[in-house]
Amino acid sequence: MATTGAGAGMAATILGWLTTVDHKRIAAMYFVTAFLFLLVAGVEGQLLRLQLAAPGREFLDPDLYNQLFTMHGTTMVFFAGMGLVAAFLNFVVPLQIGARDVAFPRLNAFSFWVFLFGGLFLYASIPFRSMPDGGWFAYMPLTNPEYSPGLGMDFYLLALLISGVGSIAGGVNFLVTILNLRAPGLTFMRMPLFSWMALIVAALILLAFPPFTVGLIFMLFDRRFGTHFFDAAAGADPVLWQHLFWVFGHPEVYILILPAFGVVSDVIPAFSRKSLFGYPMVVFSGILIAFLGFGVWVHHMFSVGLGPVVNAVFGGTTMLIAIPTGIKIFNWIATMWGGQLRFRTAMLFAVGLVGTFTIGGLSGVMHSSPPTDLQQTDTYFVVAHFHYVLVGGTVFGFFAGLYHWFPKATGRMLHEGLGKAHFWLTFIALNVTFFPMHFSGLLGMPRRTFTYAEGLGLDLFNLISTIGAFIFTLSLVPLAWNLWRTWRRGEPAGYNPWDASTLEWTTPSPPPHYNFAVVPEVDRRDPLWHPYVRRQERDDGEEPGGVWPRRQPEVPPEPVHMPRPSFWPLVLALGLLLMTIGGLGSLGFTLFGLLVTLAGLFGWAFEPPFGEEAG
Amino acid sequence: MTILGVLALQACGGEYPQSALHPGSDAATRLDRLFDQIFWWAVGVFVVVEGMLVYVIVRFRERPDGRRPKQIHGNVLLEVVWTLVPALILIAIAIPTIQTIFLIDRSTDDPDALVVEAIGRQWWWEFRYPELGIVTANEAHLPVGRTVDLRLRTADVLHSFWVPRLAGKRDLVPGRENQLWFRPDSVGVYRGQCAEFCGTAHALMGMRIIVDEPEDFERWARRNAGDAVAPADARARAGQGVFAAHACVSCHTVRGTAAAGRFGPDLTHFGSRLTIASGVLDNTPANLTRWLDSTQHVKPGNLMPEVVLSEAQLRQLVAYLGSLR
Repeated sequence: MATTGAGAGMAATILGWLTTVDHKRIAAMYFVTAFLFLLVAGVEGQLLRLQLAAPGREFLDPDLYNQLFTMHGTTMVFFAGMGLVAAFLNFVVPLQIGARDVAFPRLNAFSFWVFLFGGLFLYASIPFRSMPDGGWFAYMPLTNPEYSPGLGMDFYLLALLISGVGSIAGGVNFLVTILNLRAPGLTFMRMPLFSWMALIVAALILLAFPPFTVGLIFMLFDRRFGTHFFDAAAGADPVLWQHLFWVFGHPEVYILILPAFGVVSDVIPAFSRKSLFGYPMVVFSGILIAFLGFGVWVHHMFSVGLGPVVNAVFGGTTMLIAIPTGIKIFNWIATMWGGQLRFRTAMLFAVGLVGTFTIGGLSGVMHSSPPTDLQQTDTYFVVAHFHYVLVGGTVFGFFAGLYHWFPKATGRMLHEGLGKAHFWLTFIALNVTFFPMHFSGLLGMPRRTFTYAEGLGLDLFNLISTIGAFIFTLSLVPLAWNLWRTWRRGEPAGYNPWDASTLEWTTPSPPPHYNFAVVPEVDRRDPLWHPYVRRQERDDGEEPGGVWPRRQPEVPPEPVHMPRPSFWPLVLALGLLLMTIGGLGSLGFTLFGLLVTLAGLFGWAFEPPFGEEAG
Repeated sequence: MTILGVLALQACGGEYPQSALHPGSDAATRLDRLFDQIFWWAVGVFVVVEGMLVYVIVRFRERPDGRRPKQIHGNVLLEVVWTLVPALILIAIAIPTIQTIFLIDRSTDDPDALVVEAIGRQWWWEFRYPELGIVTANEAHLPVGRTVDLRLRTADVLHSFWVPRLAGKRDLVPGRENQLWFRPDSVGVYRGQCAEFCGTAHALMGMRIIVDEPEDFERWARRNAGDAVAPADARARAGQGVFAAHACVSCHTVRGTAAAGRFGPDLTHFGSRLTIASGVLDNTPANLTRWLDSTQHVKPGNLMPEVVLSEAQLRQLVAYLGSLR
């Protein structure tokens, strides 16, 4: 019977996705999930802008406004941003380093499921009418039970606790993958920049999330069990929360931006037909940004009153970060210098990042100076700054990556005209929305305010920002159309549509589940551009080389061992989800979740790692 | 003096009464000058970087020959230059920055400074002048040309004291007392508001700092140190009865009467204030009626309970509060 057959096929497909451990499928699930969260958080931002279109509007009441800006920030950082980082790391890194999968494929699936459950759990606060409203930064004591009764902040902290488990597991996974699974000959100084930044980001995740997790557990105990980790009346200090939050929160910014820098460092050379200028400097500046990123967190706290020495030191370290960031920008421009710049959509977004991130970087230097920051912190000036960094940087970088690797992932080419429309609308929206916020901030508009008074001279700037937010919404139309159209009838991509230089372009598009039919061997940076290099250096007696094979065979010459699908990661993640739900106040749920978790661990531990021989 | 204030306001920063770019004190001027320096460095860097970028975009667009360009893998001299030049610019910014930090981030050494305590509460400001025996709310008067030594505390959650034309922000942190000092240099009404998210009505936690000529300040201080004046007309007297018979007394103080509540703002000289509900409305009888009649609509989330009053009682209460000058 045909229907039963189709039904069974559908069931097999769903089962396939639920049990997959393939990094490319996990990347696809991360991407779709993160993109949906990006849209939801974007709608939240749009609602905030509607409320602020004019002074004294009553479109949103203050409590709803506070809930929406809390959800906007929390969703964007933890579920859109982190999800996109995970999606790109998952898809690109194994292909770029010549590996068949990540080091721990089941752990990878587990990371995704807890990420998804964390996001769904956060949004489960809506049917419970308990959206968190204490800001994504959740400063104590406003978030203790006295000032935030109800379940709102519990939803926040439990959602971040569970998704944080996935992030840390992902950090370990990619660290081990990049350290151990690189193809023969792919030494560190031959590694593509995206994989380099992925390595750095994995280390950042591993070091930054634990203090935040500790802070969240303190907060959970303060809220649920009456402890006093942040209670000034009991002799503790609420500022401790700010330290724990920002010693995570600032590196988190680099977790979100460094992968985008990595994308740009691969896209600009590919579309300029020129190797990256100053490769070692670009690598080491990334390491330096990450290292310094752990020594600057107090710049979020200059108005707390921690004393002149503390402020001077942290102001100084913050200024230092401008140097490696500047190095990257100059190296990108130098890479383009003398090149053959092909302005495909990916290149437009990459070059757009160089231009707009510079604005965010410069406003960042302005508030690296603690005294000037006292007039800027907690105002719209800072909102302008970090949206230039996170939209003009992270989002532009990921869009560049989307247009760059989409043909590799799907085997089909996105439409260039629609892509360009998407870029220009996004570029205009970014500047129209966020540039006026520099002015509204300096003219006295604090952040996180559901309204503002007439007569402060803020009306026009806010109206322009709101118009910009509409353009943002509009910018999604060509993107959605493009994805839909390409899904239906995109042109085939072939192995290497951009004539790019790195290993992922030696595979068919889309790559088979084992990625590489034979393990590639690499003998230099930009291996696929080697023939050109060879022509130039022929007189030096250089041996031909680059990468072998230049085109992966369609059929593996020998059987490939791949890990088999497993539903234990899903079981384990479900167990954690049940325990998390129990955290809202049900011991029964917690104990049941514990049982499921233990079952998942046992099943996982005793499952044989390899299945039937594939391919 | 209010008129003088309004005039001064129009003369300076009138269009932008809460602007950090229109300083009205020594402290704010210091921050503004430092900002100017950094701003112009940033503009310089912006022009250079974006200029290079635009040049490269135009000059090196894909050419029809489609040949692979010459590969350049680096240039030590260039890379040293674009590491060192930003470092030098940052040093140029760091020196005045650190000087300013050590200048402002300490107690004032002015022995003549006027001590004022500012206490943040959800969602209003209490001002106390310990040397003058004054307690007031949401509006602080200061004498022009005299340093004010602000002591900042919170009664509940984090707040941040921000009057951009007078000084940069300083947080109010549970368990700490923070300091902030500045010397206002012209007469006027300066607007400020809480700058650290503090809950539902955070956006409506405004304040006015009214800088007076010294003799006007003296007059204000003398009157505000004293008890409330007994209401003269019958309606206001009746209003005092309404005030005493309802929940008002349990939260508000009117010195010189039995009302000694501590939870809400001190109302002893309420009638002389410019605004109601920490700056939400101008202090007029019509606005006061609106505020008392529907406080949750005027300032959503505020902690004043809705007290059910008859039309007549409301009129009497408005008359009484207005008489507290």
